[in-house]
Amino acid sequence: MELFTNQILAGIATGAIYACMALAVVMIYQAIDHLNFAQGEMAMFSTFISWQLMQWGIPYWWAFLLTLALSFVGGIAIERLLFKPLAKAPILTNVAGFIALFAIINSVAGLIWDFTIKQYPTPFGSHPFLGSQLISTHQAGMIGVTVLLLVLLYFFFQFTRMGLAMRAAASLPESARLVGINTSWMIALGWGMAAAIGSIAGILIAPVVFLEPNMMGGVLIYGFAAAVLGGLTSPFGAVIGGFLVGIFENLAGTYIPGVGNELKLPIALALIITVLVVKPAGLFGRPIVKRV
Amino acid sequence: MTAMLNIRDLKAYYGQVQALHGLEFALNEGSVTTLLGANGAGKTTTLRAICNMVRSTGAIEFDGAPLSGRSTENIVRLGIAHVPQGRGTFTTLTVEENLQLGAITRRDKAGVVSDIERMYNHFPVLKERHTQQAGTLSGGEQQMLAVARALMLRPRLMLLDEPSFGLAPLIVRDLFKILGKINREDKVTILVVEQNAQLALELADKAYVIETGRIVMSGSAAEIANNEDVRKSYLGY
Amino acid sequence: MSAIQEVVTEAPAVEAVPKRAMTLGYGTSLAMLALLIVAPMFVKNFIIFQLTMLLIYALAVLALNILTGGSGQFSLGQSAFYAVGAYTSAILMEHAGVNYALTLPVAGVICFAFGFLFGQPALRLSGVYLALATFALATAMPQLLKLGVFEYWTGGVQGLVVTKPDAPFGLPMSQDMWLYYFTLAVSIAIYIFSVNLLKSRSGRAFMAIRDNEIAASAMGIDVALYKTLAFGVSAGITGVAGGLGAIAVQFVAPDSYTITLAINLFLGMVVGGVGWLPGSIVGSAFIIFVPNIAEGISKGLSGAVFGVLLFLVIFLVPHGARQVAIVTQQLIGKLKKN
Repeated sequence: MELFTNQILAGIATGAIYACMALAVVMIYQAIDHLNFAQGEMAMFSTFISWQLMQWGIPYWWAFLLTLALSFVGGIAIERLLFKPLAKAPILTNVAGFIALFAIINSVAGLIWDFTIKQYPTPFGSHPFLGSQLISTHQAGMIGVTVLLLVLLYFFFQFTRMGLAMRAAASLPESARLVGINTSWMIALGWGMAAAIGSIAGILIAPVVFLEPNMMGGVLIYGFAAAVLGGLTSPFGAVIGGFLVGIFENLAGTYIPGVGNELKLPIALALIITVLVVKPAGLFGRPIVKRV
Repeated sequence: MTAMLNIRDLKAYYGQVQALHGLEFALNEGSVTTLLGANGAGKTTTLRAICNMVRSTGAIEFDGAPLSGRSTENIVRLGIAHVPQGRGTFTTLTVEENLQLGAITRRDKAGVVSDIERMYNHFPVLKERHTQQAGTLSGGEQQMLAVARALMLRPRLMLLDEPSFGLAPLIVRDLFKILGKINREDKVTILVVEQNAQLALELADKAYVIETGRIVMSGSAAEIANNEDVRKSYLGY
Repeated sequence: MSAIQEVVTEAPAVEAVPKRAMTLGYGTSLAMLALLIVAPMFVKNFIIFQLTMLLIYALAVLALNILTGGSGQFSLGQSAFYAVGAYTSAILMEHAGVNYALTLPVAGVICFAFGFLFGQPALRLSGVYLALATFALATAMPQLLKLGVFEYWTGGVQGLVVTKPDAPFGLPMSQDMWLYYFTLAVSIAIYIFSVNLLKSRSGRAFMAIRDNEIAASAMGIDVALYKTLAFGVSAGITGVAGGLGAIAVQFVAPDSYTITLAINLFLGMVVGGVGWLPGSIVGSAFIIFVPNIAEGISKGLSGAVFGVLLFLVIFLVPHGARQVAIVTQQLIGKLKKN
């Protein structure tokens, strides 16, 4: 029994990574109604930028803020330059665009910073958290930052004008235009915010998985899975989903025989899909009624 | 007196299909005009063309300035509010959020707050339900919400697309009474598209009848209402 | 948790390609065929091998076109079916001495069953959810193939070496050339089968489901049956392609069949034009040759160049090669008038 609880706690700790990524995924989803496969790479690139800034002597928190701002602008730029022209193209063509973006960012990052693994600092230290062997201070910090992000996002969407406008644009674009909202810019903003959140995710994750161009591959998939599990329309669900995915992953690794590291991913995904077959809109998502 | 809204040779297209074939009409400030006609005649298309929601050619001028080339949201910001067919309520947002959205382009916070109060005075049922999700409101209530949301813009011109659709007659009567009040007291020019010709003609000053994308009849509302031939041929009663 | 349900009257995620437009005219088809028959006689063996792979991937893209462009189901998992087909052929040939040609129908049937079975739980999923599910399948497959319990059959991480067949009856052609013509014959057969499938009642059912599933079901179409059938057929064809691939490449190994393959097949479908069967070969050409071109342009940035080229393609022709074909047709029509 104690092993079980320990695995749950450890799962929550690793799940914080997925929760943070999932927030970025949900952010993009509510802006453009699909998943952006290049989001992990964008987060990775942002993390490299922050690393580079620190290499140039800029202190951690300044590098953090600067990266946040650059990522926000970068996300908007990518949307305006690469995806606004595809706005009228079929969805699958847009998906091909995401894949192309993935290839470009991954390759450029590899060229600039090469594929050797680098250490990445954490502002939280990596000692046991409150003496616990299972959660380090860094992991506790991750959980804290993720929850803080969630609260900030909640306030943004519920209590600010821009947040209301974004919600309206995501919900019913035509009606949003009819109240004067520039829905095209709302999409750009969504991208910017998703890129910023992604950069935070990358910065938090890098100390754990180490910084290299391929660091986000698995994390992104788990982030998708977490967002889908939680319900793609719910940031709260995304965070809960993230923790649950972390727990699934740990339990699968511990209790299912023959499951080494490689099979953890498909098994976690399989579990999530099982949930979806039962609850197609995810745990906290709004059930979608389709009309003919 | 120059008309507030001037439309000349308006042609509109859905893909390859032409829906409007050279419409011409004008609205004077402060008037209530109704656009009548059967299903598919092009009434909705006309409203959509004004807001650039459908591909069109021709001249549309608001206060003398051309609307062509402007995006929908920029046309709205000029002071044209459009209550679309089906109401277009943000069903997942609350009643009050819907009203706030109507005013989202306005800078005067105090004005917005007092306008929301005014809407609650016009439509007391909205005040009752102001924290409820808009999707839980009945059809009539959602229609009132849609009109209120449009008014939150403090529009100079309000376009309404079949506001009576799917509503019980008594509710429609109430709604049209309020529309009349808004026109007189808040000085909002109204262009209302309707299939329910009788009520629309009671409210309006001027009427146009559209058939297959062309205006076939125009006149004062009283003239059209009293013309039995017109009523029988075009309006079905 | 709100009680409000989102009501969605949405456009189909996969744009409808009208039935008539899903194939080429007879003239163009015959020209293509002639080109394909004659091509290997003028080039070296390695190019012939590449042409064989061109046909093989075209088959896999074709299968995906049937599934996504035909029945509207999104799949990022085709590499799994390709792998199963490849290993089926390899195991039958190397462990049981079965003739290479006979392994293909077996691969096809096994993969059909596999796809049909996978289609069952997939019934409840669509869009991004189905994408995730098929993605899971694709990522699981290489790991499953490496599992120790199967190692005797699969050869574990090393995989299996496959013997390339000689031309039969002592025909005077190289192994590569023979394999090319064999693959061409199989491809033509599958292409004709696919075209007829999409023109048939089943094909119409697929497309009705793609365009509006609820309406299709209201019309009495057995949505569950046709959706799983589409998965089965698509998987079966992909399996045959996998088998051919195993023979052409002369070995099978788990890491040859990763998610990268599935993503490439998806890109091939988009570049060729979703739902346009003839485009499959264009898509296949893209995924075989463009990465090489990219690497030729810049070794260090090959991924970036590939991405840029891909963007160029989708900016210029968002609807893929089909768009080029339609524009060409219109131009020819205009020229004919003058």
